[in-house]
Order: sequence, then structure tokens, then C-alpha cells
Amino acid sequence: MLELRNVSAHYGQIQALHDVNIQVGKGEIVSLIGANGAGKTTLLMTICGDPKASQGEILFEGEPIHLQSTSQIMRKDIAIVPEGRRIFARLTVEENLHMGGFFLDDKAEFAHLEQEVYSLFPRLLERKHQRAGTMSGGEQQMLAMGRALMSKPRLLFLDEPSLGLAPIIIQQIFDIIEKLRERGITVFLVEQNANQALRLSDRGYVIENGRIVLEDTGANLLTNEEVRKAYLGG
Amino acid sequence: MSEQFYYFLQQILNGVTIGSTYALIAIGYTMVYGIIGMINFAHGEVYMIGSYAAFFVLAGLAMLGFDSLALMLIAAFTLSIVITSAYGWSIERVAYRPLRGGNRLIPLISAIGMSIFLQNFVRLAQGSRDIAMPSLISGGWVIGPVDGFNVTLSYMQVIIFVVTFISMSVLTAFISKSKMGRACRACAEDLGMANLLGINTNKVISITFVIGAALAAVAGVLLSMYYGVINPYLGFMAGLKAFTAAVLGGIGSIPGAVLGGLLLGITEAITAGYFSSEYKDVVAFGLLCFVLLFMPTGILGKPEVEKV
Ligand SMILES: Nc1ncnc2c1ncn2[C@@H]1O[C@H](COP(=O)(O)OP(=O)(O)OP(=O)(O)O)[C@@H](O)[C@H]1O
Ligand SMILES: [Mg+2]
Repeated sequence: MLELRNVSAHYGQIQALHDVNIQVGKGEIVSLIGANGAGKTTLLMTICGDPKASQGEILFEGEPIHLQSTSQIMRKDIAIVPEGRRIFARLTVEENLHMGGFFLDDKAEFAHLEQEVYSLFPRLLERKHQRAGTMSGGEQQMLAMGRALMSKPRLLFLDEPSLGLAPIIIQQIFDIIEKLRERGITVFLVEQNANQALRLSDRGYVIENGRIVLEDTGANLLTNEEVRKAYLGG
Repeated sequence: MSEQFYYFLQQILNGVTIGSTYALIAIGYTMVYGIIGMINFAHGEVYMIGSYAAFFVLAGLAMLGFDSLALMLIAAFTLSIVITSAYGWSIERVAYRPLRGGNRLIPLISAIGMSIFLQNFVRLAQGSRDIAMPSLISGGWVIGPVDGFNVTLSYMQVIIFVVTFISMSVLTAFISKSKMGRACRACAEDLGMANLLGINTNKVISITFVIGAALAAVAGVLLSMYYGVINPYLGFMAGLKAFTAAVLGGIGSIPGAVLGGLLLGITEAITAGYFSSEYKDVVAFGLLCFVLLFMPTGILGKPEVEKV
């Protein structure tokens, strides 16, 4: 479904990604783990076209997308829950969701999808008319996920969805990721919370200093000595 | 009622008249700032072009012997809005978009260059002397005692109130209810995130410039008829005043622009009415300095929304 071939990316003169090769198959949950500053966010954002890949190819369902603009790429059944959530704080919850479904022209489908998001996140329905910025961190994370789902993605990027949240909320978020898989959505997940992420994942990649250093099934990575030491606290 | 009261009422009426047109122009500054964080210093010139467009339509139709005032006004507003919007759109495409993403100072300099260019372009094409607008609307209502001071509410003032009110209402409905208006608000908050939702942010930015220009055109038609003369330089002062209004109200905030415009208009009118009209600009720009120094976010400036 998604394939990166020898992708590099730069911020100005600084190279943030080196020769990255990644594949995400249809229906998979794939995790990317790595330390702070390793380049996880950069990798996701490069797929979204910001920054543009300075080298290599990115294919979505066989189509090269690395030369397209961010807005073109994101109109292709790809959605992202970005680092820091980036909900529109001054818009209401409902308006945020509608921004997600901006390009869904079929009214019936739109209403159905909205229904589905509200059933996945009942909290959002309760707070439909509340300004998004006044919601709690967990609620905002759910809103960011709901907003992404409103575009009816087949490939979903999640950049540290559990960051800064209470364990119980984190559990909810991971449960929902599991549900998304059941609905046929392919998930590419960036997590600091490597333990939980890998348990859920079919496969995982480990990134260090902008390079992919390890690739294996989720189960294998969980038992991998080095991964345990570096990312799972021993 | 005392004479002083009527005199005061007259100043307020005059202030609200001018203030509401400042507000119309200020919205253009504030919306552009809200979305790309830049002061469009050519906006005053856009307003000036709106005045010239109004002159050509009104004078042209008058020459052709039209005598339906309503039709002439509709034509003036429509054509002025169309022409001015085209300028607003083009300015962004030519002078700002290629410079976006770099140092913030560069588009600002480009904006000043654009302002000088447009001013001189109109000066060369139309001459630098004052041009008298055809006077179409005169008279008004007089309220007050038989002897002593009377309050005059001219028909032109009424038109200014009504048209401004309609424009603002349309804008408010667009921004708060329409899909594109919602996208404008989302872009003003986080352009990059809007982009990540597939929104063509360039298009939204263009729409913002067009809306600002259209409102400036409305102000251009109204004020040129109110004052009766136009010249290529009037955009400079009006632009500065509207900028002051936008900063006073809190740049980036549309209600702020309206409030700032009205406050500035009233302040000027009171100064002119009770001290001397020569001091009204001093007071206006004194106010600008005061706001910039002591309350840079203005009256309704964006409250920082906490990001969890
Ligand atoms: N906009 C930017 N401009 C310049 N350098 C950047 C920018 N964004 C990230 N970098 C640099 O690129 C490198 C990778 O950063 P990135 O944000 O991708 O890391 P990360 O793995 O997501 O880290 P974290 O876990 O802290 O979110 C870092 O060295 C960072 O300083
Ligand atoms: Mg990151």
C-alpha cells in the first residue's frame, strides 16, 4: 500500500532522513519506534510532502507521490493525526470534524461517517458544540483522530497518539487503533510507548539518527535484546 | 435637549460614518494578517482603486444619461468590487506568494513597493489632481430645535450605515456558516494543518485577499461619494487609518477590526468637533503608538488558547 524507496529528507542543509526503505501492506499496523529526534515525525511528514523527499521515491498504491504537493497527497485516502494533535482550537468540535471531511461531497456518506466517528468517540458527540481548545488532552487526541477519520482514509498515520495522556486514555486509544484495523484501515504508527505499540503491530521499524536500523515483526521486536534495552526499559 | 447634546450627537454620527468605512478597510488588513501573518501595506491602494472604479462607473453612466440612482449604485458597487478584487488577487499572486516561506521582512518590503507602484500607476494613468465625483445623493434629515444647533443625518450617511451593515452581515454569515469560511478560520489557526487535511491553502489565501479587496471596494465607493473628491494619494492615509483601527481592535480579529474602526472614527470626530480637525490625525496616530506600546494585542486581540 505504501512504499518508501531510498528516501532522504533535508531541513535546509541538515539531513534528517538517510536512505529510508519502508513498506506498509494493506490492512497492517506498522510501528515506527525511535528515540527523541531520531526522525520519526520527519519520516511521516516527508510522506505527506512536507518536507519533500530530497531523494528516493514514495509510492502510494503504486503511484509515485513524492513530487506532489501536500494538499494533493492528503486528498488521496491518506490522513494524519500529527504530532501535538494540532486541532483547530477556536473551532468547535463539530467544525473540526467537518474540516476533516472537507472533500467528502456525498452527503449521505458524510453523515454516515460522522455517525461512525461519534460512535467511536462518544465524548465528541457530547461536546459537539464546544470549542476544541477548551477540551482536555485526551479529548483533543480523540478529536484529532476523529478529524482524520472523517476524510475516510485507507491509510492512517498516527504520530505519538499516547503522548502526555493518562494510562486509561492510552488504553482507549490503542483499543480504537485495534478497531480501525478491523475496519480495514491500514495504520502506520509512531510511538514512544514502544511496548504497547509493538504488541499491537504486525511489523515494526526502528529508526536511529534518521536511518532505519531494524525491521521485524512486532512480536520479534518485543523480544529483541537491543530493542528491549533501548526502547522498552530493559 | 440641550444644544451640547445635539452637537455631541452630531460628532458621534460623523464618527460612526467614517468609522464604519475604516472598519470595512481594516477587515482586509486583519484577515490577511490572520492567515499569513503579514501586513498588506498595499491594501490602502486597493481601496483607492475601488474609489476610481466607482468614479468611472458613476461618471460614465451619468454621461450616458442614466438617471436611475439605484441602478447606478448597484453598477458602481458591482464593478468596483469585481475590479478591485482582481487587483487584490493579483497583488497576492505577483508580489507576495513567490516570497512566502522566507524571511518575514521580505513580503513586507514587497508590499510597500506594491503600494508605491499602484499609487504611481494611478497617478500616471489618471493624473494627480483631485477628481470630483458626480454628486448624486444630497440632502438628509435634520433633527433638533428650531434655533440653535441641528443634527444633520445626510442620506449619504444612511447609505453608508446600511451598506456597511449589509457587507458585515454577509461577511459574518460567510465566515461563520459556509464551508469555505470555516476553512478560512481553520487556515488562520494552523495553515500547515489545513494543508495536511488536503485543503489547498493557496486558494484560501487568495480568497482572503479577494474578500479584503471587495470590502475595501465597498468602502471606496462609499467614501468617494461621501467626500466628493478622489485622488491617487487617498489610499495612503485611509490605509494607515484602517491599519490603526485593525491594531486597535486586535489584529487578526474581525470583530476587533469593526470595533477598532468605530472607536477610531468616533475618536477622530470628537477631536475634530471639540478641538480642531487639524488634530484628528495626530490623535489617531497617537492612539496607534499608544496601542502598539501598551497593548500590542489590541482590545479583542487573540487570547492565547492553551495547547495541551
Ligand atoms: N522544521 C525543522 N527544521 C529543522 N530541523 C528539524 C525540523 N524538524 C525536525 N528537525 C530536526 O530533525 C531531526 C528529527 O526530528 P523529528 O521531529 O523527526 O524527531 P522525532 O523522532 O519525531 O522526535 P520526537 O520523539 O521528539 O518527536 C531532529 O534533529 C530535529 O532537530
Ligand atoms: Mg516526533
